[in-house]
Amino acid sequence: MHVRQLVVTDFRSYATAQLDLGPGVTTLVGLNGQGKTNLVEAIGYAASLSSHRVATDQPLVRFGAERATIRAVVVRHGRDSTIDLELNPGRANRAHLNRSPVPRPRDVLGTLRTVLFAPEDLALVKGDPAERRRFLDDLLVARQPRWAGVRSEYDRVLKQRNALLKQGAPLLRAGGRARRPRPGDPDADEARESVLHTLHVWDTHLAAVGSQLLYARLRLTRDLTPDLTSAYDAVSESTSGASMTYRCSVHEEMAERIAAGEVPEPAELEAAIGASLAAARDTELERGITTVGPHRDDLVLRLGELPAKGYASHGESWSFALGLKLAAYQLLRRDLGDDPVLILDDVFAELDSRRRERLAELVADCEQVIVTAAVPGDVPAALLAAGATASVTLGQVSQG
Amino acid sequence: MYEGVVQDLIDELGRLPGVGPKGAQRIAFHLLAADPADVTRLSEILARVKDTVRFCQTCGNVAEADQCRICLDTRRDRTIICVVEEPKDVLAVERTREFRGLYHVLGGAISPMDGIGPGDLRIRELVARLADGTVTEVILATDPNVQGEATATYLSRLLKDLGLTISRLASGLPVGGDLEYADEVTLGRAFEGRRSVHG
Ligand SMILES: Nc1ncnc2c1ncn2[C@@H]1O[C@H](COP(=O)(O)OP(=O)(O)OP(=O)(O)O)[C@@H](O)[C@H]1O
Ligand SMILES: [Mg+2]
Ligand SMILES: [Zn+2]
Repeated sequence: MHVRQLVVTDFRSYATAQLDLGPGVTTLVGLNGQGKTNLVEAIGYAASLSSHRVATDQPLVRFGAERATIRAVVVRHGRDSTIDLELNPGRANRAHLNRSPVPRPRDVLGTLRTVLFAPEDLALVKGDPAERRRFLDDLLVARQPRWAGVRSEYDRVLKQRNALLKQGAPLLRAGGRARRPRPGDPDADEARESVLHTLHVWDTHLAAVGSQLLYARLRLTRDLTPDLTSAYDAVSESTSGASMTYRCSVHEEMAERIAAGEVPEPAELEAAIGASLAAARDTELERGITTVGPHRDDLVLRLGELPAKGYASHGESWSFALGLKLAAYQLLRRDLGDDPVLILDDVFAELDSRRRERLAELVADCEQVIVTAAVPGDVPAALLAAGATASVTLGQVSQG
Repeated sequence: MYEGVVQDLIDELGRLPGVGPKGAQRIAFHLLAADPADVTRLSEILARVKDTVRFCQTCGNVAEADQCRICLDTRRDRTIICVVEEPKDVLAVERTREFRGLYHVLGGAISPMDGIGPGDLRIRELVARLADGTVTEVILATDPNVQGEATATYLSRLLKDLGLTISRLASGLPVGGDLEYADEVTLGRAFEGRRSVHG
């Protein structure tokens, strides 16, 4: 697939802008701060309904404006689809698909698929586990949009359960080891009973939804690993054994099987989460948070025997992050029988000249690649020559 | 911040469900600019609604007497109770014409984030209604979202030893949604295809 046209209004630094694109490579050039990333951010948003830079929509709306709009015309198998999004910070966003309103913005997911690599992705290697969980979950959604629903359901169950733990903790602690429940205090007994009962209900739901998410992540990790190894090697021209394993917050026996690469059945995962929650009951009541579940897991990245985090050099970390994104690209391409749109934001500046050339060769057969660069000289000449260039100055796009 | 009573009005409106701070401001200024007669009528209705509308002592539905019109209707099947969150859900189920039994309105769903536990819902009243053995089936028709599902699980566990048939609306309802917004056909089908649950 490819994006044929992008039109934004009041998005980031743009009052209005239109970018016409074709298949092949398009390079956006312009000095720092002129609005290159803003444009590719809009394309990424049309695909995933979130920005790769910020967690809320407010910064995406041009300063002083009330709402932003994004239109992306996507060509797939020769047919146009038009995504229209209206970003209303603090209120519900709205979406149209082919000019008809859809009940929820989520319904446009899947129309456009992108893989976006940007400097922020270095955090995939160097940052917190949350970055890697988000990478997996975003890829799940790009593969199958229904995971967006499962993910938000899980978040909701988790918030509810944490709220209950916070409220219930004082009640249950008072009746626990610290002080024996006084007989003849039926109200307190009943309140405790009710909290325990309710907690049990949330345990059930957390295990049910959490095991679905966990199972999906484990399968994804398994599917993605060979692509990661070969993408890393291709970019770095080496055999460095880049790999990854899933670190799971469930009890040890199950966590070890998972770390060894096994993908247990969902029912088994559900039972494991349930049992681990039961075992963690006292700790959780003490701390008022849920300590077991996919929201506590991590993806351990390795170069050979060593963990990438804390050991890999800057350039290696960069190549690892790029390897993860290129692997995601290969996976989606295979899954969909169609190329997602590849976006490389400011990537070339960080790579040595050999890695630049290798990357340019790697992306040459992609249906559409959108590259940004502050210094055109950073982009391999072959790539520039093969495609179109647009220059971006102060929130204005000019296409030659 | 606006001065005194204007800000009070905005604050009060902002506490209504579905009204955000901006909406509250818009409504407030609309009222300030409106014809005084219109505003008087609105305030009279607000006062009257609290005086005259009551909740059915049996099922919790809105009523104009001690009992609602459904509980008073002798043609309804008294062996089956449909449990819903809000009175508006009674209307939604009634529209499907699939259901001829009685209702029980919980007055919400379990939601720790909003400080709502089982004790805040009309669950004791439900258990009391089941005591005499007339009712043989309970349909859990709470909303198909996280809170509604949790409430259904809680109830199915609580009621499981009473020897009743307990069922949950079949899937097909928009997940994460609100019973009220399901169209009649979908909701009707969900009723027909309800499946029994075991705590
Ligand atoms: N909500 C907003 N309203 C107005 N301007 C904004 C908004 N958000 C970002 N900007 C402006 O957009 C500019 C950044 O644009 P962008 O990130 O696209 O730059 P870039 O061309 O990618 O630069 P670089 O080469 O440094 O990466 C900044 O000057 C910033 O002030
Ligand atoms: Mg940039
Ligand atoms: Zn009634």
